[in-house]
Amino acid sequence: MVEWTDAEREAIQAIWAKVQHDKVGPEALGRAMIVYPWTQRYFKTLGTFTNAASIFGNEKVAKQAVIILHGIDRGVQNLDNLKATYADLSVLHSDTLHVDPDNFRLFGDCITIVLAAQMGPTFFTAERQAAWQKFVSVVISAMSKQYH
Amino acid sequence: MSLSRKEKAIVKTFMGKAMKKADEVGNEALSRLLTVYPQTKTYFAHWKDLSPGSPAVRKHGLTVLNGVFDAVDKIDNLEVALLSLSELHAFMLRVDPANFKLLCHNVLVTFAMLFPDDFTAEVHVAVDKYLALVCLALSEKYR
Repeated sequence: MVEWTDAEREAIQAIWAKVQHDKVGPEALGRAMIVYPWTQRYFKTLGTFTNAASIFGNEKVAKQAVIILHGIDRGVQNLDNLKATYADLSVLHSDTLHVDPDNFRLFGDCITIVLAAQMGPTFFTAERQAAWQKFVSVVISAMSKQYH
Repeated sequence: MSLSRKEKAIVKTFMGKAMKKADEVGNEALSRLLTVYPQTKTYFAHWKDLSPGSPAVRKHGLTVLNGVFDAVDKIDNLEVALLSLSELHAFMLRVDPANFKLLCHNVLVTFAMLFPDDFTAEVHVAVDKYLALVCLALSEKYR
């Protein structure tokens, strides 16, 4: 089981409280699809992606991104039970969506970069970034758990 | 993986702007590396103060980032340009090359934080590729 210090819990809640799902989600997912273009393979049904504008301008991608961010809500609210919280979603990503779990790490990195850009260095301190990245890595572990 | 002509131009433009804040970028990136990935502190056990923003961290952060910025001019031949730095890291410093990626991540976080309007998705992918190529060149002499 993961141990969280009080400072880490505080940092994660403080960061997530500032997140606007429709501002962070589409920016992070768009960046993932541009910086790691092979990730586009999972979103073929949402449109054709010829350049950055076609990705950031795509409403279906934006909508999907917000759905993903709401998935992260669950983790923020259940820090002491992440494995169980993400069990069903892990099965979904493994057995139905067939997502290579390495992509979770790439998407997580993009969220971190978007948070840094939107929140700035005074709020998104090194310590808060450390707590946030620990949270992301545990979520990724939980999301990868049901793969077989 | 290689940089297109357009991407090289994007890298040169962005890095030209970013290098004006080289000491701030260096300090943030290295401070964050040491805080977010505490195992990286093992390479600096000889420093008295490893806390974010300490004099040793600031000084070294600038040294490292200057290396990254200097290499932009030699973007067409990074292996040759970074040969002696690669030898230094491989034979003297013996830094596990896996750590290069961790620093690159924090450099990207710092760029996004300090230049939010300039660090667009197109700049992000070009700079990410450039940093990856620098890391590759730096690993060249390891084995």
